[in-house]
Amino acid sequence: MLTAVAILIDGLGFAAWLFLSSVGLTLIYGVMRILNIAHGGFYALGAYSSAWAIGLYMQTGSSVAFTYLLIPLMAIVVGLVAGLIIERGILRFMYGRDEVLMVLVTYAIFLILEDATKLIWGTESLVAYQPAYYLGNIEIFGIPYTVYKFALIGLAVLCGAVLWWGLNRTTTGKLLLVVIEDREVSSALGINVTLFFSATFVIGTTLGALGGAVTAPQISVVPGIGAEVIVMAFAVIVIGGMGSIGGAIIGAIFVGFARAVSVHLYPPAELFSIYLVMAAVLAIKPYGLFSLAQGRKI
Amino acid sequence: MFQDRLLKKGLLASVMASAFVVSAFSSSAVAEDKKEVKLGVVTFLSGGAAGPFGIPARNAAELLIDAINKGQLPGAYSSVGLAGAQIAPIFVDENSKQKVADYKKLVQKDEVDAVIGYISSGSCKAIAPVAEEEKKLTVFFDCGTSQVFEDIITSPKYVFRTSAHATMDNVAAARYVVDTVKDVSTYSGINQNYAFGQDSWRDFSGSMKVLKESAKSVSEQFPKVFAGQYGAEISALLTKKPDIVHSSFWGGDMEALVIQGGGRQLFSRSKVVLTGGETGIERLGSQIPDGTIIGARGPNGPLAEDSALNDWFVKAYVDRFKSLPTYPSYHMAQAILGVKSAADKANSTDQAATIEAFKGLEFEVPSGKISMNLAGGHQATQGTAFGTYKFDKASGKGTLVNIKRYNAACVNPPEGMKSLEWIESGFKGAVCK
Repeated sequence: MLTAVAILIDGLGFAAWLFLSSVGLTLIYGVMRILNIAHGGFYALGAYSSAWAIGLYMQTGSSVAFTYLLIPLMAIVVGLVAGLIIERGILRFMYGRDEVLMVLVTYAIFLILEDATKLIWGTESLVAYQPAYYLGNIEIFGIPYTVYKFALIGLAVLCGAVLWWGLNRTTTGKLLLVVIEDREVSSALGINVTLFFSATFVIGTTLGALGGAVTAPQISVVPGIGAEVIVMAFAVIVIGGMGSIGGAIIGAIFVGFARAVSVHLYPPAELFSIYLVMAAVLAIKPYGLFSLAQGRKI
Repeated sequence: MFQDRLLKKGLLASVMASAFVVSAFSSSAVAEDKKEVKLGVVTFLSGGAAGPFGIPARNAAELLIDAINKGQLPGAYSSVGLAGAQIAPIFVDENSKQKVADYKKLVQKDEVDAVIGYISSGSCKAIAPVAEEEKKLTVFFDCGTSQVFEDIITSPKYVFRTSAHATMDNVAAARYVVDTVKDVSTYSGINQNYAFGQDSWRDFSGSMKVLKESAKSVSEQFPKVFAGQYGAEISALLTKKPDIVHSSFWGGDMEALVIQGGGRQLFSRSKVVLTGGETGIERLGSQIPDGTIIGARGPNGPLAEDSALNDWFVKAYVDRFKSLPTYPSYHMAQAILGVKSAADKANSTDQAATIEAFKGLEFEVPSGKISMNLAGGHQATQGTAFGTYKFDKASGKGTLVNIKRYNAACVNPPEGMKSLEWIESGFKGAVCK
């Protein structure tokens, strides 16, 4: 029973982190057909800026409570600044090019961002644990869990719900779905596709940065964290179906629980459990569980 | 007849004298053409291992090389250069997908005279056979896996390692646990899933089986290196309630484990042993719970005993880099001092002479004495120490208390015996003072 509950909580906790870290990636792919490797760089920028800001703020001796506003604020700043610069400064000149070329372009951006984080914050690790500790612990069957972990699960649910509502219950969201379906027809119908691209990229970047920003208090923020997350995020969206928000939720849950089950029941399998799930899903559904329907144009 | 003899003797003498002069001239030419020694220095300059490991190691390399070139080192190392030759370093990033190609470029294109490098055990396993093929003096300074000379290259000619392998850390950790923690009945481990982590757990759990037969292992966690998130592993450890948790985590992973485990009372419910915890002392401060058992992969940093060389090293490092040297800095310093000791002993920068002098060498480093007495004189052993963490609120700094020292023969296998074999034999031949 104890192990089952631990698997449930750990699986949900890891799935929440995976969803927050990968939803921006799948959103950008769904709308722009760009497999954005630079997403890992945005995650790292979010983590660094959050840890740095928390560190500066805590030196003032003020209450930790304000850091819960500081974290999303830094993610928004990173999303707006980095997202706009990269989309307006680089990507808009590449639209319409082959998807593989876009992978190379975003990989180059990722490498630039990796070096940029080192130039800005150096190579020393940043530690900003206060927000993760401040909320305290909850004991479940005698095992302590940080409340912060449950807050992240709540945040992931909130993000998923807002995205679903935004896409399905607002006019802008419905227009975006049209752009996802067929950008040429959308353009012909008078939808400003370029504006949607810019807005989507900034939102995707902000979500990537948010993933890093909320993770920062739980980890040691070191160079290279972006490279680690992009692999996991890629696994999640491939399982769920690239471009599908619902797929990202299901993919995150699959991967989260696969990892939790292996850690608790058979730790040696932890390393490849994620890829085992990915291989099993792709063997049955080669384009992922919720892949977008591909219309054939004649 | 007599004149003929004299003539012959004279000819013989002049031929011998000429040969001597030519020989002397050519050997001085060999010495003279090495007024500068190119030294490849490979360490993590990017990626997750750069901040806590690669950069402190590079810093130490820069510091030592500058001091050697200027003859500013104290004591036995005060002579200028390597046997008089200036060192010209070429720094290379270990965080590369083409480590072997990078190494070959150093040797073949840059024509370095020697290579000092490698933090990752994976790197050392890949480079060791290549270094032997390339016939280039290569000194591993930090990687810990015992497999390098026990399995990968069992008769090394060109490869040396100037830090003790991870068996020393984990045997000493087990000895420290048995010496200082009462009533140990269960233990568990969380180690990274690659050679260093697996070897570390093998050696610690093997040592515990010998030193505390009644204690049982209850959980073995092997998360991916640089995973950063250990929520599930910490839950698994908490559910098993072990008395001891062993971890060879290093760098950012170790710091993340402290933050996440500390927040969830792992450190108060179990006695946690961090064999590489020393690098986090300055940065984490009060976040490392009091009572945590800390190692430094040798008697480095706060575990180093006072000496003129250590005093110089710490002061020069702090003056230049504004932070304390951690064990990767110590390991880099001892590799460079090892090469200098060998070259100075040979009084030559010639590779064959330096290698011959390096084999079985004993030399002083900031952390004490290094003896190259394993793997035919190619692998170092050293005594080590462990301590228990205590945060001093008044000074705002962490310290190590209850420090216990273990001499080299107590925590390193003897020559000719593999680490696991030695541990399973009940530490046959170990001499603990």
